[in-house]
Amino acid sequence: MSNTAVADAAAPSTAANPFLTRLGAGFVSRLVIIVPYLWLLFFFLVPFVIVFKISLSQTAIAMPPYTPVLDFRDGVSGFFAGFRDLNFDNYVWLTQDALYFKAYLTSVVIAAISTGLTLLVGYPIAYGMARAPATIRPTLLMLVILPFWTSFLIRVYAWIGILKPEGLLNQLLLSLHIINQPLVILNTYTAIFIGIVYSYLPFMVLPLYSSLEKMDYSLIEAAKDLGCPPTAAFWKITFPLSLPGVIAGCLLVFIPAVGEFVIPDLLGGSQTLMIGKTLWNEFFANRDWPVSSAVAVILLLLLIVPIVLFQHAQARAQEQDK
Amino acid sequence: MKSLGSIRRDFAPWNDPKAKPYIQFDGVTKRFGDFTAVNNLSLTIFEREFFALLGASGCGKSTLLRMLAGFEEPTAGRILLDGQDLRGIPPYRRPVNMMFQSYALFPHMTVENNIAFGLKQEGMPKPDIEKRVADMLKLVKLEQFAKRKPHQLSGGQRQRVALARSVAKRPKVLLLDEPLGALDKKLREETQFELMDLQQELGLTFVVVTHDQEEAMTMADRIAIMDKGEVMQVATPAEVYEAPTSRFVAHFVGNVNMFEGKVAERTDKATRITGATGAQIVVENGAAATGADIIFAIRPEKIRVSSKKPADAVNALEGEVYDIAYLGDMTVYHVRLDDGQIVRASALNAARVTEDPLTWNDRAWVSFRPDAGVVLAR
Amino acid sequence: MNATWSRFNITSITLGFAFLYLPIVLLVVFSFNESKLVTVWGGFSTKWYVSLFHNQGLMDAAWVTIRVGLISATVATVLGTMGALALTRYTRFRGRVLFSGMIFAPLVMPDVITGLSLLLLFVAIGMDRGMTTVILAHITFTMCFVAVVVQSRLVSFDRSLEEAAMDLGAPPVKTFFQITLPVILPAIVSGWMLAFTLSLDDLVIASFASGPGATTLPMKIYSQVRLGVTPEINAACTLLIAIVTVGVIIASVANKRREVQRQLDERAAQRG
Repeated sequence: MSNTAVADAAAPSTAANPFLTRLGAGFVSRLVIIVPYLWLLFFFLVPFVIVFKISLSQTAIAMPPYTPVLDFRDGVSGFFAGFRDLNFDNYVWLTQDALYFKAYLTSVVIAAISTGLTLLVGYPIAYGMARAPATIRPTLLMLVILPFWTSFLIRVYAWIGILKPEGLLNQLLLSLHIINQPLVILNTYTAIFIGIVYSYLPFMVLPLYSSLEKMDYSLIEAAKDLGCPPTAAFWKITFPLSLPGVIAGCLLVFIPAVGEFVIPDLLGGSQTLMIGKTLWNEFFANRDWPVSSAVAVILLLLLIVPIVLFQHAQARAQEQDK
Repeated sequence: MKSLGSIRRDFAPWNDPKAKPYIQFDGVTKRFGDFTAVNNLSLTIFEREFFALLGASGCGKSTLLRMLAGFEEPTAGRILLDGQDLRGIPPYRRPVNMMFQSYALFPHMTVENNIAFGLKQEGMPKPDIEKRVADMLKLVKLEQFAKRKPHQLSGGQRQRVALARSVAKRPKVLLLDEPLGALDKKLREETQFELMDLQQELGLTFVVVTHDQEEAMTMADRIAIMDKGEVMQVATPAEVYEAPTSRFVAHFVGNVNMFEGKVAERTDKATRITGATGAQIVVENGAAATGADIIFAIRPEKIRVSSKKPADAVNALEGEVYDIAYLGDMTVYHVRLDDGQIVRASALNAARVTEDPLTWNDRAWVSFRPDAGVVLAR
Repeated sequence: MNATWSRFNITSITLGFAFLYLPIVLLVVFSFNESKLVTVWGGFSTKWYVSLFHNQGLMDAAWVTIRVGLISATVATVLGTMGALALTRYTRFRGRVLFSGMIFAPLVMPDVITGLSLLLLFVAIGMDRGMTTVILAHITFTMCFVAVVVQSRLVSFDRSLEEAAMDLGAPPVKTFFQITLPVILPAIVSGWMLAFTLSLDDLVIASFASGPGATTLPMKIYSQVRLGVTPEINAACTLLIAIVTVGVIIASVANKRREVQRQLDERAAQRG
């Protein structure tokens, strides 16, 4: 062990090591913070401010199709003066049209159900991988990651051919005489569930695997030794210890699934309703930028709690790694 | 001639008032936020000395070393090297080099490039670098490993590469942070002697940080024992062991029995102590005044255990054998005195058979000479 | 030790991997279908690959995608590595909480929001939409993935390596380029690969950020898929899958061999 354990633990509370402070005095090292910081401020934070501002402006039949909100022609004061003209009409519009409320609700419900399904499918896989012989574990891990590297769009596309009425699944079931009529799966919510579970499975399996793999197997042996049957040992020992992985995996699936566009668009068809698709249509088809901005702002507000949770989990995992 | 311990020392600049200190810590304090790692510490180290900083985890010894290397700046006080104040000099401009606890070998470089790294920074001409690297490899007996990468070496070999790399620049001072901590016991003992030989050969000043007292005692000319950011005692290994100046040092180095008591009577030669529970002890050293509350500390190997009271014993206390551990080279007895105190005594098994075997619950006497222990302030 | 590598575990893994791979395998198989109907097998043929290479629109889109991927992944790797360094090396600076928030949030941010907000930015600053805006958008969201990958390597980085270099006389900047960078290079490379694939893969953000004349491959595929499933798209997808798979397998085999060699070396070192 380090003989400065105490000092080391205390060290981060000071600004930095002296050579880093010295290094920090140099402009070069300041750049390490400044450049990515400014980039993210300009390309990540400022855009959100703009979205927020536009969501409060009025639709105009022009290009761009909204009354200008970032009018710097009058300088900064003009920018702030512009705030006076803002109104909440777009948000009022959203509450008046039941379509939006329904879209938000179904998005959250679909994301939640699919997250649960992904957990159900992913947990046994992660568990089996973590208990696999150490020699084949890296290969299994690679096999889980590999689909993640191949295009998301392609993987969703692959399901169209399987699920459509004359598709491979129906052909198989018909030829086995399990069904007489082709099942209608494509363009239903079922297809969306399948798509989400399939596409996001690696995001669920990886954090689950890493928390299960870290677990000391002798804990289970100890539980059994103390008279705990295997199933009870799983629920009392394995599952609670894998909770950080469960939480991380669920958040990684749930958050992007709420705002998912490709899956509901390609597999869900026109009958299904999800907010990502609504936003896309509002923007590209109706060209109503202020309303789609308002949709985005509310979607973001919906997701702020899970995103903050995710960041907390991330930060805690990092502390543990240290 | 009488001396503390069994070694006569010819190299002892610390006893020479005219000797010039080489490294000086002058009222050095280091704080990390609210935590004080080093507290107003002063210390001098002499040229060519093998100096050890010994202490438990978090005592501030590594912080002291890192301040000398330049990785930390003192919050207060100064550090002088050969008369020069080191404040504000970055680590890459200090004439000291460090051997890291983790060895910190650059994983992407071969052994020879690791050793040459410091020389290249100096801008040494290439032929000179090659020669120096060859010399260093020879010094640590790794000539045939020059082209290997660190992960292709065993722990002991890595340690030697780290050593070669840190002495390649011929620093004024070599700092060693737990240099043998990662080695197994046997290799550690061998390497201790190799390090001592190397220090003699190169004539460098070594400052080593360790938590292993045996390591410090084996290698160092002097040891500074540290606790909570302060130096408790700076002395030769023998002095630290035989004449600790505080209860902490006596406890920290080796095993010790402590008797609490009061000075009952003082003569020119001897002091009589009355123990808290009535035991009478006569000692020949110790300068405490009559009536002072003191602690009498005595090492286990200086106590004799016997079944009968030795006729010539000045100090003899009676009790019962409470525990015995036979360790091969010696036997350790725990004797519960009649006043309840447990005394630890160890006897060297110089002969294969003993005339006075003891067993559990036997009545026994513990006895010791009047000069066998030290008197410490309470 | 692996007492529970039981039938249950083997079954769940087998089913899991079947679920993961069967759709992709079917897609690949039907790209070699003679029939124009994607789902009815009409015999083996490579004609769709031939027609693919004569589809100028697809080829142009592929070329745009590759250029966007190469440029954005490279810039994102530089920015992301800087961000990772800032996060791990500077424990306190003004606005650090906001900074780490901006690094982590894009990892889970729905694409539609990121895409919409970037588009509105480009319109607001009066930037013409095209390849440049797609590249800027891709840099922004992929740099965060790079930052996370590099950061996890930096957290376990042995700082005494840098201290040793400085102790031996290397000034900070030199230490960074001679020691830190080479040691964390594998993480930077995998960060680059991740950024590149994410860029190749992206449909939603590119759709928002792009303008006329800059259609990426996913955009092209998407617009064709909406018109109906064709074997030609299957062929295009198969090629993409093949490229990525070969790349990933080469990378991981190389990695594995290095690792095995390393273990052998270490064992040999222990013996010798």
